Amino acid sequence: MSLFDHSIKELEEKLHNKEISVQDLVKASLDRIKEVDDEIQAFITLDEENAMKQAKELDESSEEKSLFGLPIGLKDNIVTKDLRTTSGSKILENFNDPLYDAEVVEKLKEQKTVTIGKLNMDEFAMGSGTEYSAYKKTKNPWDTDRVPGGSSGGSAAAVAAGELKFALGSDTGGSIRQPAAFCGVVGMKPTYGRVSRFGLVAFASSLDQIGPITRTVEDNARVLEVIAGHDEKDSTSANLEVPVFTDALTKDVAGLKIAVPKEYFGEGVAQEVKDAVRAAIEKYESLGATCEEVSLPHSKYALSTYYILASAEASASLARFDGVRYGVRAENVEDMIDMYKRSRSENFGEEVKRRIMLGTFALSSGYYDAYYKKAQKVRTLIKNDFEQIFEEYDIILGPTAPTTAFKLGEEMDDPVIAYANDVLTIPVNLAGVPAISIPCGFSSEGLPIGLQIIGKHFDEAMVYRAAHAFEQATDFHKQRPDIGGAAK
Amino acid sequence: MADDISKERVMHVADLARLHITDEEAEKLAEELRSIIKHAEQLKELDTTNVEPTTHVIQLENVMRKDEPRTDWITQEEALKNAPDHKDGQFRVPSILSE
Amino acid sequence: MNFETIIGLEVHVELKTKSKIFSPSVNAFGDHPNANVNPIDLAYPGTLPVLNEEAVNFAMKAAMALNCEITTNMTFDRKNYFYPDNPKAYQITQDENPIGRNGWIEIEVAGKKKRIGITRIHMEEDAGKLTHGDDGYSYVDFNRAGTPLIEIVSEPDMRTPEEAYAYLEKLKNIIQYTGVSDVKMEEGSLRCDANISLRPIGQEEFGTKAELKNLNSFSFVQKGLEFEEKRQEKVLLSGGVIEQETRRYDEKTKETILMRVKEAADDYRYFPEPDLVSLYVDDAWKERIKSEIPELPDARRERYVKELELSAYDAGVLTSSKEMADFFEAAIAEGADIKQASNWLMGEVSAYMNKHLKELYDLAITPKSLATLIKLIEDGTISSKIAKKVFAEIVEKGGDPEKIVHEKGLVQLSDPVKLQEIINGVLDENEQSIIDFKNGKDRALGFLVGQTMKATKGQANPSMVNKILKEELEKR
Repeated sequence: MSLFDHSIKELEEKLHNKEISVQDLVKASLDRIKEVDDEIQAFITLDEENAMKQAKELDESSEEKSLFGLPIGLKDNIVTKDLRTTSGSKILENFNDPLYDAEVVEKLKEQKTVTIGKLNMDEFAMGSGTEYSAYKKTKNPWDTDRVPGGSSGGSAAAVAAGELKFALGSDTGGSIRQPAAFCGVVGMKPTYGRVSRFGLVAFASSLDQIGPITRTVEDNARVLEVIAGHDEKDSTSANLEVPVFTDALTKDVAGLKIAVPKEYFGEGVAQEVKDAVRAAIEKYESLGATCEEVSLPHSKYALSTYYILASAEASASLARFDGVRYGVRAENVEDMIDMYKRSRSENFGEEVKRRIMLGTFALSSGYYDAYYKKAQKVRTLIKNDFEQIFEEYDIILGPTAPTTAFKLGEEMDDPVIAYANDVLTIPVNLAGVPAISIPCGFSSEGLPIGLQIIGKHFDEAMVYRAAHAFEQATDFHKQRPDIGGAAK
Repeated sequence: MADDISKERVMHVADLARLHITDEEAEKLAEELRSIIKHAEQLKELDTTNVEPTTHVIQLENVMRKDEPRTDWITQEEALKNAPDHKDGQFRVPSILSE
Repeated sequence: MNFETIIGLEVHVELKTKSKIFSPSVNAFGDHPNANVNPIDLAYPGTLPVLNEEAVNFAMKAAMALNCEITTNMTFDRKNYFYPDNPKAYQITQDENPIGRNGWIEIEVAGKKKRIGITRIHMEEDAGKLTHGDDGYSYVDFNRAGTPLIEIVSEPDMRTPEEAYAYLEKLKNIIQYTGVSDVKMEEGSLRCDANISLRPIGQEEFGTKAELKNLNSFSFVQKGLEFEEKRQEKVLLSGGVIEQETRRYDEKTKETILMRVKEAADDYRYFPEPDLVSLYVDDAWKERIKSEIPELPDARRERYVKELELSAYDAGVLTSSKEMADFFEAAIAEGADIKQASNWLMGEVSAYMNKHLKELYDLAITPKSLATLIKLIEDGTISSKIAKKVFAEIVEKGGDPEKIVHEKGLVQLSDPVKLQEIINGVLDENEQSIIDFKNGKDRALGFLVGQTMKATKGQANPSMVNKILKEELEKR
């Protein structure tokens, strides 16, 4: 049994009783990375030396804090002082000291977690397979011929493979939940505004959220308790008290009203996925909840809405990468325009360029009203769909992704079809509501299937409660991928 | 409107986005954008006459900070630390036009 | 064919908050390059803007002083363009919902009053400073990046370059009164672009306009517009067409020079800024700002004429800057005579400021010391000639005029016995002048007064000298 099979709570007790040391934990992480990461390729940057040094120092102190001494990883779009932050892009290859820590990093540092390294991702979080990373292709620990999902693929794979106690990811259109589903772990996208975005390299500011990826719901709730909360440096961060999410876990789901949108079981969704989710719904009913089919009528418009809005915002967010103040500048540039064009073209990947082009087009003169403004209005309709459902129901259940993990290189040439992979997660970002993905079964090929639980704005407690009840009633979360030796 | 996306239009958009693209790439991008935009045409089915656009999904108002300067954040040296080129305390870039 | 000139101005004004509009960096001018920057100003990935409340207060104050309606629901937008001084490659500005709309100010040209409309006022962030080296490189300093700005867009209501000049003077005057900006063109805290077009008299439709940039003083604005007016007229009269273009004014050749032709390619792709939330300005907020706006120049001028019985001209000069008017009122409060205070400020004080290119607050003289000086003249303690000497001292070094007068023994000599003694001494030494005087040569009297003043180092009371001198001459 790996140390990381213990819950955060158990590890805290073991540390308290001096059964284990922080160095044991950090060493367990580094050993596991040595053992499996050649194959998994989850990390862009490892901070081994610092991690060991820090572990030693922490063992000499005797603080007792939530998450104290735990080895963690950060998606590489979360900014870290003195530690390279690339956002999966070549254009930030040399961004070795971003000068400041993201708010979530400050919060974790206060708790004395140990950052092991920065995790692989699709370039600027644009992708569903982590194949659009400029650095490496991360493999799914359940089948290394397959992708771990994306864009937080490195985070999900590292947690699934037991390389870390937990990791942070970011989710703009499903980038935490979909890889969590593909890798058989727990991934939470909190309510928009729950976690500070200060220090998250922006993809689409109105949609981005940071969230935890863990093996269990309880661990997830513990991490969110730490990283959530109001931040004066982020104007969109909600000034609300953060509940003790773990308190909600003691409650069962008897009497809860659960909505099951029929649109989430459309033709693009694989039968095995539908079956696993239907089984989960039955499980909830057996636990005393009431499940009813509902409709989110504007769901089919979510994909287009998302791609217009997210790309438009991204075209501005990524304009700052110009080779002037940081990042890579093309060599031997002729003049200013040449510097811009070549620095950007040579160092952005195809997918990023495609989205910048789409976003620039949607905002350009003559098209703004037809596309951007229209999409903003449809966003209102999609948000209203959710609000209506939540007037009557406590949570919404559905699959996280239409399929299980696809094979490396399989992402299709037609971007519309490739983007369809996010069809079940995107509406949640557009509506700003919280949603979690938890394991709810395996395909015939042994690949994990994710159950998505969606809650009301700022009601993560309910999402965790429902997720935890299911988890306790099943053992999908106890399954481990067959990789390396020790993880069994 | 998807049909408006000519190669020339794509070249113009690339110029706005400061991306250098070849003729070949422009053709390919035009086709991809047409396909995405064609899919997006479905939004036109929806009557949004009286629908307010959503910029912020969570309604927050009047978020402001006090006018208090912070002087201890970074030094001039740090400001220039990650710059591809700098001289005499300033960021250096090639001139607008090559002579 | 006769043409009518149409002029509209876009004026940028820097607000003097302590910190920047969207980041807590110091908002200051003239430090080492890139010393007043932080990761937000440098657009580091992951950084976010947070709005400075004082910048909104200042902008609102200016908008109210310019008679604008204040927008209740204000938002910010991104304006996208690449330039090395624009760190995010978008500028945060207000496009859809600017802070103020539909304002106006009144100008006066050649005795005629005219209202110039203000279309809108919006808040935005300033860019950094780009300088072009002679080494084939350009250099960027981001200290100014993020300085709060307001852009004041006028209606195309001006018909002559002179009106444009008057508009700028008035605008500067009003904003200076509100205290939200230094409004100094030479330091860049006020910047102006001008749009000018011509149309045949009687035609309603506007002609194609040219935009003038690089206008570094109000008089260059006027001169640039005058040149442009003639240039466009010439083009139109010769059957040519005005291109929509940006031109700059060359101070040496006194001409406007083509910078670039406006292209359809200019496309700023404005969209709502997702990183900032909207502002709701309730009545209480508006009232609070309104109550902080001091009496503005027009009202003050009127009061000076009505209550202080100053001439319209004097009242205009005194209220042309808030410092001057405040100084004037403070001097009166210290007991200075209204007319005297006005004369000194418009005379000696202004002359000194002009000669030394200094502002009133740079001088060592205070309202109290000016008031004391005036009182010393009035009660005959010093002559107005001595007063000028004392003024020269207090304007440079400061100090109490009364003390200076006594310490330096500058008190006027008004003792008739002493004066008689001195005058007789002078007469004794100038026999010829006595003869001349007796022979009816008036000039001789002047000479003798001069000699007496010289003998008293200018301290003798001039009217007494005249009187006693005549008496003593009679005796001889």
